[in-house]
Amino acid sequence: MKSAMIFRLLMLAGGLALALLPSFAQAAPPVERVFRIEASSFAYKPGQIQLNLGDRVTLELVSMDVVHGLYLDGYDLSLTADPGQTARLTFVADRAGSFRFRCNVTCGAMHPFMIGKLTVGPNHSFTLAAGLTISAIAIFLLIHPRRASQ
Amino acid sequence: MTRHELTRFPLIKALLKNRWPQLAVYAALLAGFIFAIFAGFVGSPVGNHNFSIVFVWIAWWAMLILAAVPFFGRGWCAVCPIPLPGEWLQRGAILELAPTGKGVSLGRRWPNPLRNIWMQNISFTLVALFSSVILTMPLITAVVLSAMFFLAIGSSMVFERRAFCRYLCPVGGFIGLYSQIAPLELRVKTTRACASCKEKPCYHGSEAGYGCPWQVFPGGLQKNSYCGLCMECLRTCPVDNIAVNLRPFSSDLATPTKRLDEAFKAFIMVGAALIYAGVLLGPWGALKDAAYRIGSGVWFAYVGVFLSVLFVLMPSLYALAVKAGMLLAKTSSAVRPAFAAMSAALVPLGLMFWVAFSLGFVFTNATYILAALSDPLGWGWNLFGTANIPWQPLFTGLLAPLQTLVLIAGMLWSAGTAQKIASAAGVRPLPVIIYCLLATLVMLGLLL
Repeated sequence: MKSAMIFRLLMLAGGLALALLPSFAQAAPPVERVFRIEASSFAYKPGQIQLNLGDRVTLELVSMDVVHGLYLDGYDLSLTADPGQTARLTFVADRAGSFRFRCNVTCGAMHPFMIGKLTVGPNHSFTLAAGLTISAIAIFLLIHPRRASQ
Repeated sequence: MTRHELTRFPLIKALLKNRWPQLAVYAALLAGFIFAIFAGFVGSPVGNHNFSIVFVWIAWWAMLILAAVPFFGRGWCAVCPIPLPGEWLQRGAILELAPTGKGVSLGRRWPNPLRNIWMQNISFTLVALFSSVILTMPLITAVVLSAMFFLAIGSSMVFERRAFCRYLCPVGGFIGLYSQIAPLELRVKTTRACASCKEKPCYHGSEAGYGCPWQVFPGGLQKNSYCGLCMECLRTCPVDNIAVNLRPFSSDLATPTKRLDEAFKAFIMVGAALIYAGVLLGPWGALKDAAYRIGSGVWFAYVGVFLSVLFVLMPSLYALAVKAGMLLAKTSSAVRPAFAAMSAALVPLGLMFWVAFSLGFVFTNATYILAALSDPLGWGWNLFGTANIPWQPLFTGLLAPLQTLVLIAGMLWSAGTAQKIASAAGVRPLPVIIYCLLATLVMLGLLL
C-alpha cells in the first residue's frame, strides 16, 4: 500500500516536472535561418522544422509539381508558390510551441491533409500536455486509492 | 442511478410517437444523401469544392462525432436515410401501416453464425483502409455511399427487418459501441409488464406499429448498442411501458460485454484513431503517400501495419495488461472473459480520441462548408453568396489546448470505468489504466 502511494506521488512529481521544466530550460540564442521547403503532392520536404524562439526565419517554398501554398497556424502567415517558382516569407519566430503548416491552395485529392509541422523551442505543447496528463492520472489514483487497488 | 423520463412530457411523447415529424426528417436527409451521391458522380472531382466530400466528411462527420454520438447515442440511426427505401419496400408502405405480406421481401432470418458485429468490424476496417481516397475523392465517396444504399436495399429484400443496420453498416458498429456512453436511453419502465405481455407487439408488431426493426425485444434491453431509437416500440406497447430517459453518461459500461466482437470494435476504433492522427494529420509525407497509393507495394505495407496495429498489437498489449491485473489480483480464471469485460474501459478513451482527431480537421476545413453550400457541385455557382469565401482555418490557437483537455478527460473517464468494472472482472485496474495513459500520450504526440 505504501509503495503504491509512493509510486503515485512519484508519478505526480514526474508529470509536473515534465509540464513545467521546459519553461525553465535554457533557450538557445536566436539566429537567422533559411529553410528551403519542397512542396509536392501531397507533402512538404522537410515535413518538420525546428526553430529556436526568436529566430529570424526565411521560408523558401518551392513547388515541385502543381501550385502549392503554405499557411502557418498560430502565426496566420501564408505564401503561394507556382510550379518551379520559389516563394519567400520572412518572419520572427516569437511564439513558442508546435504549429502545423498546411497547403492553402487546392492541389489535388489529398490537399486537406498536406500538412507539415514547425516547432519553435522545445515542443512545449506536447511536454505540457503530457505532463498534465500524467499528473491528472496520478491525482486520480491518489483520490481513488481503494478502487485502484481493488 | 438517477433517470429522468422524457416521455412523461406529453409534447415529447406525442412528437416521438407521431410518424410525421420522423418522416419529415427522413425525407430531408434522404434528399441530402441522394444529392451527395449525385454530386459525387457529376460534380467537381476536387473534394473541397464538392458537396459529397464537404457535407459528408466534414459537416456530417463533425455533427456525428462531436454531438450526435456523445449526447444522443444512436440518435443518428433514428433518422439515417440509408435503410429507408429498403424498409419501405420490405413493408410495402412509407408512412401508413401495411398489412403483413404486402411488402416485397423474402423475410429470411439473418444467419446465426453472423449474428454478431464481426461483419461491421470488417466493413469499418475496409472503409478505413481506403479512407485516404474515400475522404478526398468525390467519385469514390459516391461509389461507397451508393454501395451502402444498395446493400441496405438488397439486405431488406432478402432478410427480415433492418439486417443492414444491425449487422453490416460500417458506421452503425461504432455508433453502437459509443452509444453506451450517451446520456439518453430507451428502456422499459418495468420488466414485469413485459413478462406478463403475451403478444409482445413491440417485437412482432401490431396495428399500432411495426415490430422492432432492430430485432430487439425492449423488455431485455440492458444497453444502447442495438436499439436504433426508431420509436416503433413506443407506438406499439399496449401498456405504455416504454420510456425514453435522460441518464448519467456511460451508464451502460457498468455491465461490460462478454463478447469478443464487441471488444475488438473498441480496439479497432482506438487503433484507427491513432493511425489516422499520424497519417492524415501528421507531417509525414511518406505515410500519406503509402495510404493514398492504393494497390502499390507501399500501400500493402501500410495495410499490413494498419491491420497489425488494430488486430494484433493493441489487443495483445491489452491482454498483457489484463493478465498483469489478474496476477496482481491473484485471479487464476481465464484471460478471455476478463479481456472482453475490461475492453469497456477503452470506450470513453476511443470516443475522445475520435473527438480530438475530428477537431483537428473540422476546425481547419469548416470554411469549405459555406463555400460548398453556394456551389455544391463545384460548377461556379454562387447560390447564397458564400461561394468565394476563402479557406481559413478556425480556432487554430485553441486547437491544441482543446485536444489536450479532451484527451485527458477521455483518459480519466476510462480510468474510472476500469476501476468500476475491475473487481467484477477479477482484475486490478492499474495495468489497464497505464495502458490507457500510454495510448493517450501517443495520441498527444501525434496531434501536438
